[in-house]
Amino acid sequence: MSDTPILDVQGLRKSYGKLEVLKGVDLAVRERELVFIIGPSGSGKSTLLRCCNRLEESNGGAVIFDGTDITAKSTNINAVRQKIGMVFQSFNLYPHMSAEGNVALALRKVLKRPKAEALERARAALDRVGLSDKAENYPNQLSGGQQQRVAIARALALEPKMVLFDEPTSALDPELVGSVLEVMRDLRTAGMTMLVVSHEMRFAREAADRVVFMDEGHIVEEGPPEQVFGDPQMPRTRDFVSRIDH
Amino acid sequence: MNADITQWDRFLASFFDLAVMQKYLPDIVDGFLLTCHLAILIVISGLVLGLILAVIRAYEFWLTSWLIVVFADVMRALPPLVFILLLYFGLPGVGLNLSGYAATYVTLTLVLAAFSEEIFRAGILATPKGQWEAARSTGLGFGQSLAYVIMPQAIRMTVPPLTNRTIAIAKNTALGTVVGVGEILNQATTGQSFSGNASPLVLGALAYLILFIPVVVFGRWVETRFAWRRT
Ligand SMILES: Nc1ncnc2c1ncn2[C@@H]1O[C@H](COP(=O)(O)OP(=O)(O)O)[C@@H](O)[C@H]1O
Ligand SMILES: [Mg+2]
Repeated sequence: MSDTPILDVQGLRKSYGKLEVLKGVDLAVRERELVFIIGPSGSGKSTLLRCCNRLEESNGGAVIFDGTDITAKSTNINAVRQKIGMVFQSFNLYPHMSAEGNVALALRKVLKRPKAEALERARAALDRVGLSDKAENYPNQLSGGQQQRVAIARALALEPKMVLFDEPTSALDPELVGSVLEVMRDLRTAGMTMLVVSHEMRFAREAADRVVFMDEGHIVEEGPPEQVFGDPQMPRTRDFVSRIDH
Repeated sequence: MNADITQWDRFLASFFDLAVMQKYLPDIVDGFLLTCHLAILIVISGLVLGLILAVIRAYEFWLTSWLIVVFADVMRALPPLVFILLLYFGLPGVGLNLSGYAATYVTLTLVLAAFSEEIFRAGILATPKGQWEAARSTGLGFGQSLAYVIMPQAIRMTVPPLTNRTIAIAKNTALGTVVGVGEILNQATTGQSFSGNASPLVLGALAYLILFIPVVVFGRWVETRFAWRRT
């Protein structure tokens, strides 16, 4: 694990109209680190994640990714986004494309790979998430767990330096959660840098290097999982953890 | 009984006089062919223009958006016949002579463009925001996301309303008769006034049915074909 962070969020602020959602957030993620973000609904977790690849424009502070301030107007954000994968709660697969079509699209149109090479890389990515036999299926022919793994393959195919996960298992039936967590576990083993918003506590305890607790637009506490879950220092963290950690 | 038979004969004579029909059939066929290619031209250029306007509007530059909204509202509010007459009788006053055919073509193309722009736009707006986010998060640009991810879904959603609107506007080619376009209705009314008999009008009605029933059936098929389940 290197010491210079690959992602460095500095004093990040974000408001929707009068509502201040991020009130000066500092967060550094080092290469190969898996950082978990937990916190009550509405505390700004998704907003923070979405500011990290500028799906939301921030109102103050900086987001330095791999040495570039991505909040700067001059930054070519499309180039940065190739290097930051994102996985959404609701999968957001393209319903008019097959699994391999979903994965290959950006390979063809962003990386400008020829069709044959893009499809080959798409199948390799699908193989990595255990779905090589579903390459030609359309999203509505796949289970939720399979759809989410296709979405992960879509992010991985671009060979990102980091992947953002926004509640990747929240929309899944309980029996399908395991297959998605298994893929994330493999990614962790392969050394992928990951920033994960999730309430899968068992997975966090087993796989996270660090857990960050957010509340009302602030990072209230962060530390190794055993500390944040086992011996939280702040009353709000204690309160939150006691309500979910069962 | 006798009187009934006479009435029936009179009915047949005035609506289904075979000699009259035979005489005016070639004219009606001419009208049929003209209506066909006028309608096809209108449908193609109207839908293409509507799609282009919807795409331009998706970029949300205030000036272009404002112009498109004004255009769409005016063309949807104005009765097409009024616009045809304005072009046909009004433009010569500024030195532009438009044929009746051109006035009808331009009017109906613009009307279809206005309606289809609104329909395509509704389809773009109805496509879930998450589709944009997924596309943009992989590094696709705005235009690429629109072209490869959003429009294919938006167009699929808009096929049924678009089909209905397209049929309705294609039928308005009959308005061309007012400015002397030799389409079906024009040929039929001309035949009717020369012969003093309604049979050419019946032929004209048949010609419309032959032209548009397949289109309506096709529209119904398209509607079921594209009513595909979202995930
Ligand atoms: N596009 C938006 N417009 C207005 N308010 C928003 C928008 N997105 C999120 N919010 C508000 O910002 C706050 C934080 O939202 P979010 O980051 O989604 O929280 P979390 O992911 O922690 O549940 C919430 O109060 C939410 O209602
Ligand atoms: Mg959220």
